[in-house]
Amino acid sequence: MAMQAHEIEDLIRLAFPDAKISIEDLRGDGDHYSCMVESAAFLGKTRVQQHQMVYNSLGGRMGGQLHALALQTRAPKS
Amino acid sequence: MLDQSTRDRIQSDIDASDVVLFMKGTPVFPQCGFSAAVVGVLSHLGIKFKGVNVLDDDSIREGIKQYSDWPTIPQLYVKGEFIGGCDIIREMYETGELMEMLNTHGVDVNPQPVQS
Repeated sequence: MAMQAHEIEDLIRLAFPDAKISIEDLRGDGDHYSCMVESAAFLGKTRVQQHQMVYNSLGGRMGGQLHALALQTRAPKS
Repeated sequence: MLDQSTRDRIQSDIDASDVVLFMKGTPVFPQCGFSAAVVGVLSHLGIKFKGVNVLDDDSIREGIKQYSDWPTIPQLYVKGEFIGGCDIIREMYETGELMEMLNTHGVDVNPQPVQS
């Protein structure tokens, strides 16, 4: 089952209220997205931890309901 | 839940080689684009690695996700440490961090000359 881009964005936004989020539906099929999240919550975290935080915000949908989300994360440049 | 015997099998796979990739399919015949992308990066850098085909065993396929608290496959391990999935490996490759990390872990790297 696919997810809409705004559903993904809403879930991430809930966990990272300050985030800059951009999501692209790569194939227009609601199943293959690329997503960039920039949030101060990532400061001092490793990439693995940053991605885990985003996956957690999606509440277990990643790898299941959401097949492919190419993820990039970063902390804002000071 | 990850039971002890599955955890032990995953641990012995991870310990079996300096560089271990849990993937869908085999290094010669990857069966998923994300796994193929990581195999491509490792091959390009001339890194010897052991591939573990999660499609051969459902308990490993589900267990590895719990082991690392990471929802997707492929997953790359270097000297027992979880490094990341496809996005992270690709990004680390592009920024040169992957080579740097392998060097600091003492893993042999032999980049292929660029084909003309």
